[in-house]
Amino acid sequence: MKKIIRILIAKPGLDGHDRGAKYVARALKDAGYEVIYTGIRQTPEAIVKTAIQEDVDFVGLSLLSGAHNELFPKVARLLREQQADDIIVLGGGVIPDADIPQLKASGIETIFTPGTPITDVIQFIEANRERVSR
Amino acid sequence: MIDLAEKVLKGDVRAIARAISWIENNRPEKENLIDALFPHCGNAQVWGITGPPGAGKSTLLDKIIEIERRKQKKVAVIAVDPSSPFSGGAILGDRLRMQSHATDEGVFIRSMASRGHLGGVAQATSDAIKVLDAAGFDLIAIETIGVGQTEIEVVGLSDIVLLVLVPGLGDEIQAMKAGVMEIGDIFIVNKKDRDGALKLRAEIEYVLGIQFADYPEKMKPIVMTAASMNEGIEELLTVTDDYFLKISMNRSLQDKRKTRLKSEIRQIFTQKVSAHVKQKYDFENRLDEWVDAVYKKKKRPYSLINEKINLFLRECNWL
Repeated sequence: MKKIIRILIAKPGLDGHDRGAKYVARALKDAGYEVIYTGIRQTPEAIVKTAIQEDVDFVGLSLLSGAHNELFPKVARLLREQQADDIIVLGGGVIPDADIPQLKASGIETIFTPGTPITDVIQFIEANRERVSR
Repeated sequence: MIDLAEKVLKGDVRAIARAISWIENNRPEKENLIDALFPHCGNAQVWGITGPPGAGKSTLLDKIIEIERRKQKKVAVIAVDPSSPFSGGAILGDRLRMQSHATDEGVFIRSMASRGHLGGVAQATSDAIKVLDAAGFDLIAIETIGVGQTEIEVVGLSDIVLLVLVPGLGDEIQAMKAGVMEIGDIFIVNKKDRDGALKLRAEIEYVLGIQFADYPEKMKPIVMTAASMNEGIEELLTVTDDYFLKISMNRSLQDKRKTRLKSEIRQIFTQKVSAHVKQKYDFENRLDEWVDAVYKKKKRPYSLINEKINLFLRECNWL
């Protein structure tokens, strides 16, 4: 039997626009994943603790406020500090192309910008299935 | 594996989380893991929190955690939500209401999908309780999926069941029915600020009054709460403390825990026997063949199975 992949969908920071995160959560549920949804206004510390307690394989961060350069790398750094960097972090939201390289360098594996079809996200997860089957 | 068990015993959060995943994914290593932890189990209080969807179970639990933490108790939560019967996926959203405790070292919250299990909890719930118990949590709360009338499995897993009800779901005939209404040790009327809350209380009192007419000392407590406004929670916890004291004194706690073990051992035995026999017959692969024969009326269902089973028993020299 295939392992059931667990994904945390979290919104760090003060941005309360969660329609995108909820859309993604719902779509990933329909794709057969277990999605933990924590709601808006999470601190990076809370997200990392949640990811560890829930033993997720992926963390999806959603942010539309512009604070991604600050908050996304912090989540990745805190995961590393907890020796939990085997958890794959992906980001989504209104993120300028120019910011993407530095986000990737900070430990965010990939960034999905507005208009990305959900199938791209599922393909990314499936392409990494082997890595998380521990 | 022994390594993981040792880390769990030390309360290592990552190890606890990983151990629960092993159980959920039914990894073969889980058996040794549970056996290694088992001698350290039995210290935690296990509470079941159940009730219909939207009754306020998670919110109530959030407030319970707050007060128990002030008493320095370590609290773990297993929050069960349903898996999709179509995709197998799930949205696990209970911890949303408890997220204020996310960074508290003394709180561990785990969301669990039911993965097709029907009793209101998951297959993995009972072994996950053992992991948390061995890891040193004082209170383990099992929040069931939002239940209907028959999802009562939590009663077999917990020392005490809090049944959370809300006004507006039906009359006292609903409250008299078998099933969920029978498993509460403590009845909670949540959203007490809403219309109908007092009526609901009166209906529960009426029904319990009939049930315990001859044993008024066994009458179950009813507590009114408004969890989102943090009202009635202290009173609820006084009632649960009293209840726990009572069942510890009159030995019904020991009886409950022994009954729990009995059903667990029965279940493990049944599963193992069934797995062996299925393997022997290559059951999953030959099932279609059998179905075909029965469908075409070449075989009849009971005689076919009896024939196969007798063959098996003869090979084992049991017949």
